Amino acid sequence: MEQRFNNFAALLIMIGILSSCGSGGNQGSGALVSDAASQVYVPPGQHDEYYAFFSGGFSGQLTVHGLPSGRLLKTVPVFSVDAEKSYGFNEETKPLLNTSYGFIPWDDAHHPELSQTNGTPDGRWIFINGNNTPRVARIDLSLFETVEIIELPNSGGNHSSPFTTQNTEYVVAGTRFSIPVPQKDVAINSYKDNFRGALSFISVAPEGEMEIAFQILMPGYDYDLAHSGKGKSHGWMFFSSYNTEEEHTLLEVNASQKDKDFIAAINWKKAEEYIQQGNFEEMPSSYVVNRYDESTQMASSEKRTSVKILIPEKCPGLVYYLPTPKSPHGVDVDPTGEYIIGNGKLSSDMTVHSFTKMQAAIQNEAFETVIDGIPVLKYEEVMDGVLKQAGLGPLHTEFDNKGNAYTSFFISSEVVKWDPKTRTLLDRAPSYYSIGHLMIPGGDSMNPWGKYLVSLNKITKDRYLPTGPELAQSAQLYDISGDKMKLLLDFPTMGEPHYAQGIAASVIKDRQVKFFKLSENNHPYAAKSAGETRVERQGNTVHVYMTAIRSHFTPDNIEGIKVGDKVYLHITNLEQDWDVPHGFSVMGALNAELLIMPGQTETLTWEPQREGIVPFYCTDFCSALHQEMQGYIRVSAKNSDVALKWSLDE
Amino acid sequence: MKLKLTLLLLLLWGCGGSSNTGNKEETQATNTPPVVEASDPMLNMGIGPVKSVTLGQLNQEMADQGKLVYETMCTACHKLDKKFIGPAPIGILERRSPEWIMNMILNPVEMTQNDPIAQQLLIEANGAPMANQNLTEEQARQVLEYFRTL
Repeated sequence: MEQRFNNFAALLIMIGILSSCGSGGNQGSGALVSDAASQVYVPPGQHDEYYAFFSGGFSGQLTVHGLPSGRLLKTVPVFSVDAEKSYGFNEETKPLLNTSYGFIPWDDAHHPELSQTNGTPDGRWIFINGNNTPRVARIDLSLFETVEIIELPNSGGNHSSPFTTQNTEYVVAGTRFSIPVPQKDVAINSYKDNFRGALSFISVAPEGEMEIAFQILMPGYDYDLAHSGKGKSHGWMFFSSYNTEEEHTLLEVNASQKDKDFIAAINWKKAEEYIQQGNFEEMPSSYVVNRYDESTQMASSEKRTSVKILIPEKCPGLVYYLPTPKSPHGVDVDPTGEYIIGNGKLSSDMTVHSFTKMQAAIQNEAFETVIDGIPVLKYEEVMDGVLKQAGLGPLHTEFDNKGNAYTSFFISSEVVKWDPKTRTLLDRAPSYYSIGHLMIPGGDSMNPWGKYLVSLNKITKDRYLPTGPELAQSAQLYDISGDKMKLLLDFPTMGEPHYAQGIAASVIKDRQVKFFKLSENNHPYAAKSAGETRVERQGNTVHVYMTAIRSHFTPDNIEGIKVGDKVYLHITNLEQDWDVPHGFSVMGALNAELLIMPGQTETLTWEPQREGIVPFYCTDFCSALHQEMQGYIRVSAKNSDVALKWSLDE
Repeated sequence: MKLKLTLLLLLLWGCGGSSNTGNKEETQATNTPPVVEASDPMLNMGIGPVKSVTLGQLNQEMADQGKLVYETMCTACHKLDKKFIGPAPIGILERRSPEWIMNMILNPVEMTQNDPIAQQLLIEANGAPMANQNLTEEQARQVLEYFRTL
């Protein structure tokens, strides 16, 4: 039976190949299937056309896939420790996971966002939010490594983040959960009196360093998502909100009472003026900024003690509310910057606001009411049109380069293509199953690459071979280059991917760091040649300066280590070539391995517990003699007088 | 079934055409014609960027620079006076041409694949490869000058 099936499959494939060889073959159903296969097939040794960056959701990480193949290229550890890369285990990266609460080995990462120049993803960095203990991370895309994490004070859950302005002047961080600001011990049912929502604007310096420039203290709603203005609306940032009911329990029912909630429009250029004028409050706060220094190859964590707060009541013209049905989830701005689209999660309609109309409404003071000093613009004055009854549960919208919008509908599980200008529905395609975010490379920028769309689905069910109760997450790739969307590929992703971002590979791939130059390694514990290797004792602290090159460690025999010592094993990889990392592991170490890139120094801390001989070895296959890349450490009793001694080939 | 597979392969082959460009670096590496073994190793220039080196009077300053480079980049595997992971550099100018030495430093992967002497050395080292430490041509020349002082 199986043999017959195989024969049949081979035949099918042959037919597929035959038809794909032709240039203008027919588009029957058989041909369509094989056509899809050829569109996502990247031959051995060739590269994908796009990088795609997927949030790892509750894994806390960021995964990098190639498109159109969907192949997983790398997992970049961000908010969670990663024993494979020693991230959060070696001394160099531990400070990145420090917070005002101490070291936290995990977070929930939702929205990757590429840095932009002139409204176009530029491939310098990608930012991602930590939702649980509010933070924003920056990943350097010449290294594909996390180089900075900043904590957000006065935030209860960093969801509407880290969306960027068009030149990465700022990335934002709006709180999903409102809390007392500053924190205090109050009754939960005093929500309406005591709870506020902080919207943070994080400035990004030319070299990437983040600082909190200011926070805007808003009414106590849930600030859900954000996107910046662009082109004509550059200088504005839009945040969606729900729970304008300001409820604190059973939100499922109680926060869904009103017909309309708000999109908050923030004039951040105006905010800069108020900061310049000193029209802000300096609020004592406790948070940290953690940065990795490429020169010393070490991260450090710095405390910050205050933050600048802007109060809308005292800052006229800073914030306006755009009434939007109904608990809007995504707020998405089209590439021209004219249309601000509210994805009315609990409605079946898509609300399209016009930036031009918004400006006029502000000019004419067309206000429905004012809440805590924030004018609520009249819905009819700002709304340009509605795409009615397009599907159920609209969540997010991205754009192609032809003026079309693509919206994910969670409940009806489909992608809908439509024209935001005329509000005409153009096409719909099912997703398997229950799409959340969707992503077009550059699709939230001024210059989308409108060839592919990825749907990030919340439910997997039967799409892959089953793997017990927990299944891989499901992404799907569509060809959107024609009038009709075409499903090309399913591929699994890690954790729960919320948002993703994509960029043409050509923007990034030639800027990769291939190894670290030893001459530029300023790690304070580096041994930059075999001659610099040594072992030093200060009381019961021991520093081992060791080198690794194919295929030996120097030294590889160490004696005089004692039970109760704290041993810092500083390993420098002396290789100066691409793709020659060395690993390092010690029997009984309570942390992880090291994975040391060429020219890099990393430090493993080890506290020997027992007398005896402890082997160590290289964990990353490095050469034909990799298996010989090993050594021994002699551990003696606490009070022993075995002298400190180290050697290679003696 | 076998027949069908063959047919399938043929079809795949036929589809290749101009799009099948492959990895350029890889093709270059494997397509380089093997160097014919010279009977006198001093006539073997090796394979790589260095085609001709003229050794004039010893330049001590250059040699001093070369010593620094050697100590940082090479001593993990080479000791001056005895074979360690790789051969000792003492007397190397009597065994190898200056061009071969520099090409071995600058282009070790291709050398160990295609140069007969380097191939033999790789076998003698039980497959321990000469690491490409990405020296500049100037640095390799300085190391060569240092070797002249040994």
